[in-house]
Amino acid sequence: MSDLIKFKIDGVECMAESGKYIVEAAADNGIFIPTLCNMKGVKPKGACRICTVRINGRLMTSCTTPVTDGMEIESHSEDIQELRKSIVELLFVSGNHFCPACEKSGNCELQALGYLYQMMVPRFPYEFPLKPVDAKSAKIIKDQNRCIFCKRCIKTIKDEEGRSYFAFRNRGHKLEVVLDEEMGNKIDDATAQLAMENCPVGSILVKEKGFTVPIGKRKYDKAPIGSEIKL
Amino acid sequence: MSKPVIATTSLAGCFGCHMSLLDIDERILKLIELVEFNKSPVDDIKTFTKAVDIGLIEGGCCNSENVEVLKSFRKNCKILVSVGECAIMGGLPALRNGIPIEECLHEAYVGGPTVQLNKDGIMPNDDELPMLLDRVYPCHEIVKIDYYLPGCPPSADLIWEAVVALVTGDPMKLPYEVVKFD
Repeated sequence: MSDLIKFKIDGVECMAESGKYIVEAAADNGIFIPTLCNMKGVKPKGACRICTVRINGRLMTSCTTPVTDGMEIESHSEDIQELRKSIVELLFVSGNHFCPACEKSGNCELQALGYLYQMMVPRFPYEFPLKPVDAKSAKIIKDQNRCIFCKRCIKTIKDEEGRSYFAFRNRGHKLEVVLDEEMGNKIDDATAQLAMENCPVGSILVKEKGFTVPIGKRKYDKAPIGSEIKL
Repeated sequence: MSKPVIATTSLAGCFGCHMSLLDIDERILKLIELVEFNKSPVDDIKTFTKAVDIGLIEGGCCNSENVEVLKSFRKNCKILVSVGECAIMGGLPALRNGIPIEECLHEAYVGGPTVQLNKDGIMPNDDELPMLLDRVYPCHEIVKIDYYLPGCPPSADLIWEAVVALVTGDPMKLPYEVVKFD
């Protein structure tokens, strides 16, 4: 076992194993720092910036920053919360997130963050970009309207030889996460299901499945995201 | 002292938000004690007959008539509230945003799989019909909106809490389950 070190989050004394990423160390101490692109057990990327905290006056992503001895982390101050809320709002306006018509509604992490920060309306104008829905695969629908480019599917959904089913295509505002056509047709049910579960939003859906859990019983219907972490 | 006045309208909406307003059950009796309704589908008053305190807007703006009605609400109401996803972000009608209007009309009246009787391929073109806008606009992109109640529809509790808070000035009680986007 590695050494235990002490650090502080918003003045609260915490302990963790040296070298742990702040997000995980915080969770071990019952403190929730929101994440979107990050997944437990997968190398962090620091793409979505939702987990931004302030350390020594600098804003850092807590999913990629290891905790060090005596570190003082600011996570729940008003300006950082506001910053996270603005990121959620940007994600909502830059895609087409029609919650009422989405199969993932109620189980969507982006939507849950909207609830957490009580987003009544985004402060930015809606972009309404024209994006395709790829339903060529026999098993999976890839709805580009809802993709937030978190890369979780690319990093976690692989075949026996380690090849990813999903990949980035194009760059800049043309960037999209696409499903390999050939591999997409061969994907087995369990992997397809995992792809849907690992997607934080409703961009990856298993065909002929959806709305299986009624409103009121879905993951984020009763309790906000992160409640499972709070001690 | 006279009661605060409320007006409501459904623009590019489905009347679901109005149904949710009616879903306050027996509190509707309290509501009538608390406020008076003016222009609204609820009492079928077609035009504003006095200055209104609170305007509740359901639906976004998809045509010229929606814009006109919304502007008249802004003119006649002290406070405007966007009620529901359509008013806030266009909602389901905004699924057509990004698709050229000709293509939408063609799909609906000429080329769509369920079009059978329109042999001459006529599209609605009467001068009396409101003009479709190039896309569906959220209400706050047309006029200033003061408050937003998300949901599809916003729950009866949310609408009730908001209206009571606006009328009485008391703070809103918003439990987590009440604010939802679907």
